[in-house]
Order: sequence, then C-alpha cells, then structure tokens
Amino acid sequence: MSGMQMLAAGLAVVLAAALIMAAWRMVRGPSFADRFIALDMLTAVAVGFAAVTVVLTGRSAFLDIGLGLALINFVATAAFAVFLEAKERRK
Amino acid sequence: MTYPAAALMILGTAFLLVAALGVIRLRDPLQRMHSATKAGTLGVALLLIGVLLHDRSGADSVGWLTILFLLLTLPIGAQLLARATYVSGTALDGIDDDPLAGELDRAQTPIDV
Repeated sequence: MSGMQMLAAGLAVVLAAALIMAAWRMVRGPSFADRFIALDMLTAVAVGFAAVTVVLTGRSAFLDIGLGLALINFVATAAFAVFLEAKERRK
Repeated sequence: MTYPAAALMILGTAFLLVAALGVIRLRDPLQRMHSATKAGTLGVALLLIGVLLHDRSGADSVGWLTILFLLLTLPIGAQLLARATYVSGTALDGIDDDPLAGELDRAQTPIDV
C-alpha cells in the first residue's frame, strides 16, 4: 500500500463521518426541506467518496460513478423543489 | 507521492466535513443549505482536482466534466430548493423583518412529516 493509498483510506474514514452527520439530519428532519438539503449533502459526500476510491483502488472508472451521482443529484433536487412548491399550493 | 494532490485532497475532505458539521449544527433550513451547498461544492471540487492530479491514467476528462457540471448545476438546484423552502413555510431563525413577505406566498405553518 503506497502512501497515497493510506492517505485515501484515512480520508475515506473522515468522509464516512460526514456521511453519518448528513444522514442524521435526514432522519431527524424536522421539516421536508431539511431532508432534501441533507440529500444534497449526502450525494456531494458520495461523489467525494467515489473520487477517493479512485486513488484507493487505482481504477479511474469510479470517476464515472461520481459523474452519474452528480447528474442524478441535480434532477432529484429540481424534482423535490417543484414537489415541495406544488404541495404548498394544493393546500 | 505528489504533495499538491495530497494537500488538495485533505483540504477538500476538510471542507466536506465542515459542511456536514454545519448541516447538523446550524439552526434553520436556509442556514443549513448555506453550509451544505457552498462549503460542499468547494470541498468536492478540491477533492476531485486532487484526485485528478494524482490519477495519470488518461481518463481524467470525466473528472473535469464532473467538476464543471457540479459548478453549473449546484447553484441552480440550491436556488430552486431555497425558494421551495421559503414557500413551504419552514421556520426562519434570527430574521426579524421578512423582506420577501409581500413577494411570495408562504405557508403559515411548516409542512412537517
């Protein structure tokens, strides 16, 4: 294991802590908006995780996973925002 | 071991950790969004740049594309989500007079589940 791989493994542990924090906010809420913000944060950390995995395994294919997650994140955020506004208007 | 790549990766991870800490610690949804989108975007971009400096396999155009895409879409997504947050009537902490009061319809009670 090279020095760069050990660094990547350490960073993965730190990123896992960030994932847990964002997930805690998603579970706790208290409002819909908080959960969507937590989802945004979760996908951002997941893209970071994919990037760290590239260094850890030496396979640059994990960059494609990061791009896919970023694409899905944008569509999900836009859809949830429209959903939240429509829910308010229907009341 | 290339030191600039390692430094950028550590810096990016630190920004992501601070962003996640802000999502937990700050008091209302808009403040949490401020932490998640700004610090989060910077953290992911720095982390990806660090990885691309290290990874010399020739497939790094996908990584640059990811950074460009994140920088283009995260502000748009944040704007949509912030507007929806305001309209759905979530609690705003520390704001005495609301400058958007007459501009947008706003729910009186927050939508909770």
